[in-house]
Parts: sequence; C-alpha cells; structure tokens
Amino acid sequence: MTDVKPVLRLEDIVKTFPGVRALDGVSFSVFPGEVHALMGENGAGKSTLMKVLGGIYQPDGGAIFMEDQQVVMAGPLEAKAKGVMFIHQELSLAAELSVAENIYLGELPRKSFGRVDWAKLTEQTDAILKKLNVSFDAKTRVGDLSIANQQMVEIARALTVDAKAVIFDEPTASLTDAEKVVLFDVIADLKRDGVGIIYISHRMEEIFKITDRISVLRDGQYQGTVNTADSTEESITQMMIGRKLDLSRNASHHELGDVALEVRGLSCGKLYQDINFEVRRGEVVGFYGLVGAGRTEIAETLFGLREPSAGQILLEGEEVRIHSPADAISRGISLVPEDRKGQGLVLGMNCRDNMTLPQVDDLKAGPFVAEGAEVAIFDQYRDRLDIRTPGWRAQAGNLSGGNQQKIVIGKWLSMHPNLLIVDEPTRGIDVGSKSEIHKLLRELAAQGYAVMVISSEMPEVLHVSDRIIAMYSGRVMRTFTSEEVTEDSLIKAISGLSDDKAA
Amino acid sequence: MSDMSQNASNLREGMMASMSKQQIGRVLAKQGILIAFAVFMIAFAIASPKFLSVDNVFSVVRSSAIIGVMALGVTFVVISGNLDLSVGSMMSFSTIVVLDLHDKLGPALAIPAMFAMTMCLGAFIGFLVGYLRLNSLIVTLGMLSAIHGLTLTYSGGQNMDIADKEGTWFSVFGQGTALGIPVPILIFLILAALLGMVLAKTPFGRKVYAVGGNGTAATFSGIPRARTVFYCYLISATCVATAGLIQASRSLGSQNTVGQGLELEVLAAVILGGASLLGGSGTVFKTVIGVLILGFIQNGLLLMGLQFYVQFVVTWIIIILAVWLDIAAKRGKLWSPIA
Repeated sequence: MTDVKPVLRLEDIVKTFPGVRALDGVSFSVFPGEVHALMGENGAGKSTLMKVLGGIYQPDGGAIFMEDQQVVMAGPLEAKAKGVMFIHQELSLAAELSVAENIYLGELPRKSFGRVDWAKLTEQTDAILKKLNVSFDAKTRVGDLSIANQQMVEIARALTVDAKAVIFDEPTASLTDAEKVVLFDVIADLKRDGVGIIYISHRMEEIFKITDRISVLRDGQYQGTVNTADSTEESITQMMIGRKLDLSRNASHHELGDVALEVRGLSCGKLYQDINFEVRRGEVVGFYGLVGAGRTEIAETLFGLREPSAGQILLEGEEVRIHSPADAISRGISLVPEDRKGQGLVLGMNCRDNMTLPQVDDLKAGPFVAEGAEVAIFDQYRDRLDIRTPGWRAQAGNLSGGNQQKIVIGKWLSMHPNLLIVDEPTRGIDVGSKSEIHKLLRELAAQGYAVMVISSEMPEVLHVSDRIIAMYSGRVMRTFTSEEVTEDSLIKAISGLSDDKAA
Repeated sequence: MSDMSQNASNLREGMMASMSKQQIGRVLAKQGILIAFAVFMIAFAIASPKFLSVDNVFSVVRSSAIIGVMALGVTFVVISGNLDLSVGSMMSFSTIVVLDLHDKLGPALAIPAMFAMTMCLGAFIGFLVGYLRLNSLIVTLGMLSAIHGLTLTYSGGQNMDIADKEGTWFSVFGQGTALGIPVPILIFLILAALLGMVLAKTPFGRKVYAVGGNGTAATFSGIPRARTVFYCYLISATCVATAGLIQASRSLGSQNTVGQGLELEVLAAVILGGASLLGGSGTVFKTVIGVLILGFIQNGLLLMGLQFYVQFVVTWIIIILAVWLDIAAKRGKLWSPIA
C-alpha cells in the first residue's frame, strides 16, 4: 500500500473538554477501497473523533490530511464539500418529503424563477437509486420506507457528491439480517469504487465479516490498528477494555426453585399465538428470535401493557389477570424495557428519583416522599451495581449507556421482584458494562430470582441462559436447554426451519 | 484489577474537575431569573424613587395575586407536559357565577358552589387531555371559547353586580387585610407555599415531573399517567376558582370578559419562571418569581410615565428574551444550528 495515498489520515488528534481529555493523540489512516473499523467502548472517544472529522468540533491539536493535503474542517458543509460523508445512526430525514427531495435537500435542481426542476430531480435520483439496487423510487414518501430503506436514502445522499470517505456510525443497530445483507453489498460497491470507509459498530460478527483493518480507542487514547484477518474477538476486546470478555456457556449449577411464572396458551391477536412456557426461581430463560417474532410483545403483556386475547398467566401457580403496569408491579413483575431512553428513564430527572420512581408511593414520611430512604436505596444499588455517577443529583441523561441501564436495573431490583424481565439488556452498551450486566443476571439467578432475558444477540443469549426459547413469527418454535443448544439449531429455529427438515 | 480502579478514580476526578466549571454555568442558568429580577429592581428603583416604597410593593403584589394564583395551577399543568389556555375565560366564569350566586344563595353557599362548578370544568379538560389523550393546546384553546360562551349564556350577556355592596363580608377576600397584609397577597403566598410543597415534596409532585419528563417511561414505571394529568387540571381549575373569588370580592361586580387575555399573562409568568413548555421542569417558587417580575416590570413602566398599553409589547419582548436565554444556557451558545 506504500504507493497509494490514504484518502484520510489523522495525525495526533487531541481534543479536550473541561476536565476531560476526550481525544489524546489519535492517529490512523484510511486507504481507498478500505473498510476501516473504529472500535471502542462508549465514551472511548469515537463520537468525538467523528465530530472532529465532520467539522462540528475543532481539534485542539493534530492535523487531518486528505490525500496528503492538510485540511481544516471548519464546519459540516465544508466536510461535505471535501467529500467526507456521514451515515448517522440516528437518521436525519424528513419523513413527509419524497426520497428525491431528501437526497437533494438544500440543493434541489432549479429552473427559472427559482422553481424546482422536478423532472431533472427525479431523473438524477433514479440514477443513484439504480446504482443501489433498491426497491423504491424517487417519488416514494420517506416516512413509508422501512428503517433499512431509509438508511439507503442516507447512503444515496452520500453518493450524490463525489464521496472520498464515507463514515457509517452503527448502521446496523436497527436492521434485520436481510437488510444487513443489502447494506453490506452497498459497502462492497463503495469499496470497489475506491471510497475509504470508516465503519463504527459494537458488533463483532460484522466487524470481522466486512472490515479490512481495525483501529481501537480506549479512554480517548489510540490503542493501535490491526489487520482484521490477524485478529480475534478476544484480542480486539482486550484492546478495547484491557481485559477479556467472557462469553462461555453458563448454565446454573444450583438447584432450581418453584415455578414463578407459567404461561398457558397465551395469544395476543396477530402478535403471538399459543405461547406456553414456565420460568422457575433460580433460572434465566432466554428468548431469542428476529425482530417482530413477538418476544417484546409477550413481555409487554406480562407487564400489563397489552391485553392478551386468549390464554392464562399463572404466578406461583395462581391465575392472574394483569391490566396495568401498576398491577404487574404490585404482583412482583418487573420489566427492564428495550428502549432505555424512551421507556426506561426520565432523562431530565436525577438518578435517585429515576431509581425510586415505581415505589415513590411507598416511600413516605407523613405526606412527603422520604428522601433519606430514597438516597439510601440509591446508594445501596449504586454500590451493588457499580454505577459510575458523580452523585444521585446527576441527571440520568448525562450518564453513559451502561450506567443508565444499571439505573434501570437498580430501579427494579430495589423492588425485589418475583419475576424480572429484561428486554435487550445490553443494546448499545459498551463491552465492559455488558459483561458486568451478564454477570449480574447470572448472580440474580443464583440468588433465586426468576429471570426472563429477551435478546437479539446470540452470544448473549447463549451466555446468560439456562434455557432458550426460540421464537419465529409469533410462535415458540423450540425450547433448548443450555446443554443441547447449538448455534446452528438456534438459527434454524428462529428462521422457521424445523431441525429435522434441515437435517 | 488495580488498573481498573485506577481508571475509575481518574474518571471520577475528571468528572469532579469538569463539574466545578459546569456547576458555575448551572448556577447561572438556574439562578439567572433571580439575577435578572434583581437587575430590574435596581434599575427601576434608581429611575423612580417611588418604586420600592412599601405602598407600591404591596400594590404590585396585590395586583399580581390574581395572575399569580392562576399561574400556580398552570405550573402543574405545564410541568406535566401540557398547556392550559382556558384559565382566563374560566376565571371570568368563576367570577360571574360567584357574583350571581352571592345574591341568590348567600356568600357561604355561593363560594363552594362556584368552586364545584369550576372544578367540573377542570375535570372535563383533565378527562379529555389525560384519559382520552387529546392534544392539550387544542382542547384548552377550544375550552377558552366554549367557557366564554357558557359564561355569556349564564349571565345573558349582562354585567353581574352584587346588590348590597356595603353589607357583605364577601369583600374580605379582595379588599380585606389580615396582620396588616392584604388578603389577596396572603391567599397567594399560602397557596404558593402549599402547592410548592405538594410539587416538590410529595409522591404526587414527583409523578407530575415524571409524566412531563417522559410519559412513556413513567407508564413503564407503573405511574398512572392519565390520572396524574387529570389531577393537574383539577388543581389548575381550583386555582382559577380562587382567582375568580379574589376578583369578584375585590370589585363586587364584573363584566363577562374580566379574565380575557389573562391566559397569556399567566403562561408568560410560568415561562419567565423557567418552566419548560416541553414539560418535566419548573418549580412553584420560580413561577412566583416569574409572576413578580412581570408585575414589577408592568408597574415600573407605568411609574416611568409610559402608556399602559406599552406593557403588552414589553411583556412580549421579555418573554422572548427569557425563552431565548433559557435555550442559550442549555446549549451554551446564543445561537446554534443544531439542537
């Protein structure tokens, strides 16, 4: 690669915020036609680095070179003019406008008197969409597209300029497996055209599947760049957190207790049908399946957010009807929801108030909230879960994802639930917190809690579960014990293939 | 392992260091309203020697009491993430009703009857916004007009007057004094203290913040969202009824439009106090400050010899400044293309 100029070279980038050295001497290069992974825990400095590249922050030290020319990214428009494009994790599209309008927003082709040249706009857009091989056309309303297709629109936007470097920030966070395949094809095309690609993701499988080299940040410091082919998940994880992530199987060795929850023939319209399972005290039951398989909807039913259309729910052998979350909570059911920021936390509220929210009616001194008791609860679970915060007064929104998730878990543990349901326990969380949360779930089982874990990450389900329930399209396909489950059989079960047919 | 705890302590130190600067900013952002208040008071005091005289201060607070009492209730509604634009016309309703019933039932029955009727209106709004989850702007804007119609229908379009203005103890709420303090001021302060405690210290208050901050997360924590919003409107209506009582008692006669336009002044006071229109933040104390700022500014302008009508324009400018500075403090810049 010596004779090829890197499209993008960062040299010794430093960025400090009051009291924090967010980036401390970060240097790496991206070559044309290379997919370069950027990895690191949340808070390692990836987003800061991307903001420096995108001209939103100015670095305090170091330099950015594009094709060996030093450049200054004075603002987002300048970054774009220089051919650096971003595909953001959170989409920034106008849902009510057409695909074409979104792609050319701000630079619509004009006719006389400032009128938009619709014919030209459609033509230009369709030409780009053809390259991407997508199923929608220029006039489709963006709001009608799936998330994956919306991402394609973002990518199309990147293609309208002569992009030299394209940065993907967690692009697969909300994509299904089929949609991922399409995305990876597009990345392969960009690669063939000689575009340099920076790919940010927490997902190891993807990193190993599509990237050429991996650069790692830890606490704002550059840890090095390695060839993907020469690395393993363990070696990368070690670079990211300075130790190894344990993902071994983990079945319980203790005796299981009574049946805490039994579900018989539970159905909810078209969402799921005829679900039967039980969860005993002391075990973790994993629910694995594709998005839309009905797992979250079952959890929401158990938590009183949805009314089942048929079937029975039995808690400790007794049939119950659960009409509201308050109902569920009073029966000892807790739900750590999948959308931490949207459903789990009041981000503008402090950590303590978030943690004690479900029991605020019970923590009373006279007519008032007993704030001393609240602080005691917060302190107890901060220590137990190792929550890193400057204090209980810190706003929940200012914590990292891992610490936020621990607040939500602490909120429910402090209620001493009979059944703890955890939906996507580690989505969008850094590796370090991830392994802490996995460990915690195992500990809870050992202490006799009945735990349901819903996860879309196979290594996670395999790691934490005693039993795994595989779901496909609203039905339970198969229940595996931790001894008998294999990755292969699990994938078949959640794809709707039965084992014997496949064999 | 020791490496990790080292990292953790570094992190904590980093947080501390960044805290101190942030804290200064936060104190400024938090107390900005008080600082602005102090600056206004000093400026007006220099411009007009009468401004800080006891008589003038009492007269400002007394004339702010009606707006203030309504603003207390609207604070709950705004923190719960909703709006209440119906308070002005609802106050006209309370005033007319209590004056009418005064001569028909006597004051001792007229007052509770008026409170009950006003609270029914609040409950109706609370039902629509809380339980049916209709947009509060639309509901209360509609109610502004509907209640105005209701009031005019009730009064037949006539002004309402008490027949025997000298011989009724009813005037005590608007005109009396206790312990040397005008009663409207006492009502305002006592109600502020009471509602301030409800909001800041009770489980209900906590739920109001949770529902306004993130209604979905509140639901996922077992907080009854609909009921909480419902109670906020009930509190708002109770405050409006109290304001109507003070108004009726002060003048012992009234037009049908006595509360017209007050909804905006009330909202202005709440926003000036720093409550976010998105919900989840604000306090009763800050609202009281907002009410006083508005009152003193209007009074100061009059003392400086400006026409009464100028205050409408100045009030608007102040609100815009308050909202702008609030957002600027949050994003750390006076202007920013993002967020």
